[in-house]
Amino acid sequence: MKSKLNLDPKVIDSARSCAARIAEEMQTFIDRHTTVSTERTVARLLGIDGVDDVDTPLPNVVVDVIKDGGGLPRGAAYWIGNAMIQTGLTPREIGERVGNGQLDIVKLPIASITEVKKKIIPVVLESLDKIKIQTKKREQYLETLGEGKQPYLYVIVATGNIYEDIVQAKAAAKQGADIIAVIRTTAQSLLDYVPYGPTTEGFGGTYATQENFKLMRQALDEVGEEVGRYIRLCNYSSGMCMAEIAAMGAIERLDVMLNDALYGILFRDINMKRTLVDQYFSRIIIGYAGIIFNSGEDNYLTTADAFEEAHTVLASQFINEQFAVLANIPEEQMGLGHAFEMDPDIENGFLYELAQAIMAREIFPKAPLKYMPPTKFMTGNIFKGHIQDALFNFIAVWSGQSLQLLGMPTEAIHTPHLQDRMLSIENASYIFNNARGIGDEVEFKKDGLIQSRAQKVLAKADRLLHEIEKEGLFSTIEKGKFGGVKRPRDGGKGLEGVCVKDEHYFNPFIPLMLGGEK
Amino acid sequence: MNNGNTTATTKVDLTKVKPYGDTLNDGMMQLSFTLPIPYGEEANESAKILAKKMGLDEPNVVYSTDLGIGYTYFVVYGKCQHTVDYTTIRVPKVDVEVMDRLECEKYIEENIKRDIVLVGACTGTDAHTVGIDAIINMKGFHGHFGLERFKGIEAINMGSQVPNEALVAKAIEVKADAILVSQIVTQKDVHIKNLTELVELMEAEGIRNKVILACGGPRISHELAQELGYDAGFGSNTYAEHVASFVLTEMVKRKMI
Repeated sequence: MKSKLNLDPKVIDSARSCAARIAEEMQTFIDRHTTVSTERTVARLLGIDGVDDVDTPLPNVVVDVIKDGGGLPRGAAYWIGNAMIQTGLTPREIGERVGNGQLDIVKLPIASITEVKKKIIPVVLESLDKIKIQTKKREQYLETLGEGKQPYLYVIVATGNIYEDIVQAKAAAKQGADIIAVIRTTAQSLLDYVPYGPTTEGFGGTYATQENFKLMRQALDEVGEEVGRYIRLCNYSSGMCMAEIAAMGAIERLDVMLNDALYGILFRDINMKRTLVDQYFSRIIIGYAGIIFNSGEDNYLTTADAFEEAHTVLASQFINEQFAVLANIPEEQMGLGHAFEMDPDIENGFLYELAQAIMAREIFPKAPLKYMPPTKFMTGNIFKGHIQDALFNFIAVWSGQSLQLLGMPTEAIHTPHLQDRMLSIENASYIFNNARGIGDEVEFKKDGLIQSRAQKVLAKADRLLHEIEKEGLFSTIEKGKFGGVKRPRDGGKGLEGVCVKDEHYFNPFIPLMLGGEK
Repeated sequence: MNNGNTTATTKVDLTKVKPYGDTLNDGMMQLSFTLPIPYGEEANESAKILAKKMGLDEPNVVYSTDLGIGYTYFVVYGKCQHTVDYTTIRVPKVDVEVMDRLECEKYIEENIKRDIVLVGACTGTDAHTVGIDAIINMKGFHGHFGLERFKGIEAINMGSQVPNEALVAKAIEVKADAILVSQIVTQKDVHIKNLTELVELMEAEGIRNKVILACGGPRISHELAQELGYDAGFGSNTYAEHVASFVLTEMVKRKMI
């Protein structure tokens, strides 16, 4: 495809290969380490679930026992596998006995690594089968029910009560929504465990729990059959429990998950070592389960200026793409994020936004780009806000965005009311239909405002990536290059949950999931 | 539509103010809302009756649509029967003459003669830094520089999700002259609890009287702030110079120099 923006493929290649080197460098760090949450994910995938008598999730109890016994560097799979050999119990039963204090799994006799691996592989395969059944089911639904046209209409529900969320989600699907994102309750990202059971009272959202995932999945399948369109479900695989939530999402057939270590570092002050290690396993799971991940670059523009800092978004997209490549995620599942966040008073702001949106599309041609609506300059003037959202929708259809998070006229006032969502869906549906073919029809003036804007942003992103390569990703974040937020490498939450692996460490899921057989 | 007014009224009676559509005292208002009943003529009639009960004469459902789950959305016009006496309204406001950045800097130089220290944070579980960033960060918001840019002001932005305890500890550590708290997420009135807790904590630590305490956010008014024990509250459309002007004038008033 000829570039409408006259972007230089050599600059794109330079930026991409530089990002690949940055990601590989980080990968050598990641490969040497594991974390408590990564190991809890292994425990969950092996079938450990439920809570003890004080509501501590059993994956936490088990991994804490392993950590306190000094066994974390060897990985949870080893200790659980060994316990299976020594006790003859299933992982679920082992979890329950550790939970009620009957069993200390680091104090059992020790079997060899080979024996443990042999014992545990059938359980691993069984777990992967569960995920495969879900990916098959998604494929079947897409075949039989079909799906909405891109850009998919993506809306959020955030009542704090999962049962009320279901009512709102079904209404949204009937009004035309293609993706429902269930917003998490405030501050879940900082919990070092995943709560258990359905949520009926959250602040601005519900907990990401397996039960909530299951309830919403079932509701969306029902309404999908009713409206004759597969309705995708989105939640967060982010924060202190990235990989655990990814595993729950894989098991309960989520379709889209927000997953971005940089976001956690910058905006939730999670320790960078911790979350980059967690991100790796979470992305492997996401890739394996056919889930689209969403990166969080759009958020940089809520703190940094959308015009001046556009290149940081692109640079981060390049890095996120390469982290995804290392986790074996196909391009079709790389939901890289960006946003329409320029000050509406900028003269020709629409043209610059258009340039950047088309630039993202040309540079990541197969990626299901996630385009985020204006939030920073939404004022409470719902009428003007509706027009800002209309311009945003116009750019989305013009530039061929994939996942369109619909802006709400009541942004900056409250979490959406039922009618706000209807008005937003109506806005987007009208514009997408009315301007469907505009991207194919219109070309841009050579070296005009639009072309030169995109070229400039690309060149600046390429320069930034080369600086990052020289500096290292950790130091770059320490210096506040992304989103204008500075984070020290040993600061933030969760560092105490990171450890160096020993020579016998193994995570049986990683090689099998990376093997790609689905 | 004949609204019964046959002569044009041009003089506003400030003791009996009514909404204005296109004619003085026509009382015209527009509403939109949802009722949990199925779309149809009965729904429209219900919306009309509701509007009447709200004090709107001649309610007119100009649009209604099915929201998909047996609920209906309405756009309604009607003529408000009620009036308000504007001459008796008193609203507590942050009472200060706003100085721009340069005037603030000059004011510090002439009246305070030392650098002042401000600590700001978005507290509790609230993760939205947009408010505190707009006031404190160098760049500010919408062309208004933030407090970091002000000569003579040392502004510390602790970011989001800061526990009240950490904010108070920081204020004591750096001997802050003022504390600024931002609250954006206000679901279920979580901000009220959080703001109250901070005041109690400062009182317990014995620093409430030594520090100027202000809060801000889209759902915060000066009146609410004062009720909660704050010196000032700032709502939407507040920029760094508003906050600085208040803090500086108040410092001089209280002889914190």
